[in-house]
Amino acid sequence: MTISAVPTKPWAKSPRDRVRDIAFILISIVSSYVVVAATPMKGKLAYAFVLFFSYALITGTFSFITRGAPAAKDSVVKTLVAIGAVLTVVPIASILFTVLKNGLPGIHKGLFTTDMSMATPTDPIIVGGLLHAITGTLTLVVVALIMSVPIGILTALYLTEIQGKFSGPIRFLVQAMSGVPSIVAGLFILSSVLYPITKSYSALMGALALTILMIPTVARTSEEVLLLIPNDLREAGTALGGTQWRTVAMIVLPAARSGLMTAVILGIARIAGETAPILLLTGGGDKVNPNAFSGSVGSLPYYIWKSFNAGSPEAITRAWAGLLVLMLLVLILFITARALSSRKISK
Amino acid sequence: MIQTPESEKEMSTSAQPSSLASVANAKQARTQPTQATGTGLEARGIHAWFGKNHVLADVNLEFAAGSVTALIGPSGCGKSTFIRTINRMHEFIPGAAMAGEVLLDGKDVYASGVDVTKIRLQIGMVFQKPNPFPSMTIGENVLSGLKLAQLKVANKEELLESCLVRAGLWNEVKDRLDAHGGSLSGGQQQRLCIARALAVSPQVLLMDEPCSALDPGSTLRIEETIRELSDTMTIIIVTHNMQQAARVSDYTAFFLSDGGPGEMIEVARTSEIFSQPKDQRTENYVTGRFG
Repeated sequence: MTISAVPTKPWAKSPRDRVRDIAFILISIVSSYVVVAATPMKGKLAYAFVLFFSYALITGTFSFITRGAPAAKDSVVKTLVAIGAVLTVVPIASILFTVLKNGLPGIHKGLFTTDMSMATPTDPIIVGGLLHAITGTLTLVVVALIMSVPIGILTALYLTEIQGKFSGPIRFLVQAMSGVPSIVAGLFILSSVLYPITKSYSALMGALALTILMIPTVARTSEEVLLLIPNDLREAGTALGGTQWRTVAMIVLPAARSGLMTAVILGIARIAGETAPILLLTGGGDKVNPNAFSGSVGSLPYYIWKSFNAGSPEAITRAWAGLLVLMLLVLILFITARALSSRKISK
Repeated sequence: MIQTPESEKEMSTSAQPSSLASVANAKQARTQPTQATGTGLEARGIHAWFGKNHVLADVNLEFAAGSVTALIGPSGCGKSTFIRTINRMHEFIPGAAMAGEVLLDGKDVYASGVDVTKIRLQIGMVFQKPNPFPSMTIGENVLSGLKLAQLKVANKEELLESCLVRAGLWNEVKDRLDAHGGSLSGGQQQRLCIARALAVSPQVLLMDEPCSALDPGSTLRIEETIRELSDTMTIIIVTHNMQQAARVSDYTAFFLSDGGPGEMIEVARTSEIFSQPKDQRTENYVTGRFG
């Protein structure tokens, strides 16, 4: 017996429905022009406001006529939700567009091979580069990473595995710490380490402040990842005669590996563009400084700030190029984080 | 289907218990009276609490070395809690408390100064849900107990093979020991967990409803494994499946909670529990009149 059946979607929209939907949108657009022309309202915002308002009104009325009040409410809320989504995307897209537009003219090969030690901000854009800022940012990030990742993950282990008496207060403090303004972290290191002890700018000083900002991110993300590891595995490890440390090290941490990696990358993304403590603590030199422990060191945020302050058209182009590079750096980190975290923990 | 109460009663009293009893009798006839290979395990006056909730009261049970004991009873009567007190997994639950003694070879596992990790090496456990370690291969899973407890063995390959053979998994996985444990089917994963428990050569193996998540074929496979293992170790198995209790166990203990803490109502040879239980409540349970 042969069965001849064609897969169909009886619930899908018919061509007529589609035409009607498009008609509603067109009517909304037209009415937004008409209303803006007829009333004192002006500008892009007015167009957008009237467009959304009239679309919600038209679809709502249509639903009310065809299917009654509940359907009308449903359709209005649907439109509101869509507005929310659009309002989120608009500023992000706008920022990306502005940075690309202004930054691209400043991008050239020398950007990644030379520093600003032989160039002044008013020199043509082709002179000098970002090498000192890129290496400086990498130095800051790596040093901050070395200090904050162990502390953050150990804190998360205390909260999830040991669940000691102080778990509650520590969890609260970590959460509160993630709201510390970065300038406070910077001033803290300035007054407690830089002035009384080292008395000079260095990458280490900046990294100390960044560590304060990064620990809460790493600790909280790691805690959430560790909570996802099924308790079964901990019990199985313990029932096989493992001490708690052996069980955590051999079973829990490997099972959480990709999630912990994500925690670290989110932490890096948190601090890569941090500016305030960098301004206070690193000195912002124009020369590549390979020594992380002494001497003034440049970084991307510092470079951007400095270039904008210089004010000449060339300097401002430099600043935009620096912004573009910084955003690309953070973007790459986020994509890596997404790729790592979407790789599921194998069952 | 319409039945008079009388015929229903007849069904339950004649057909079912006699079949369960015959299964149990067949099992008893097959296995020789077990030879003691150690002094065995004894639980004396075990009570357990979660917070203020008294969940288990005064359980006294002896487990002869090399015997299989099934713990049966309705859900929530403390069977799992009881076996978790035996290998000291009970204490992991926040708010847990207990009273009583668990004697392994005459020594209380709760005595002060006892190394609890050593106890768990001697008393292995298989859980309800198969839980192979996700970051390890099949081979690494089996040998994970040695790494966890930092034990050394002369020949790892030999141990790996013997554990998998005894767990009845060797033929299915011998060509892919480097595959991940998660790539196996549920029944295979459970047998992998049994193999993992065997690798540290425990004297006692606790099994907490090991077949409840498995299909009948895998269940049968694991029951065969249990019978083979009972030559070399004491096995305590919690099960909701009375057919299974009848098939695999030498002794059966019936647990029940009447709203208060769970109690052990009756323990006897499995064939007796299913043919002539002494307590009315046991009879009601094994004949399927409640629970």
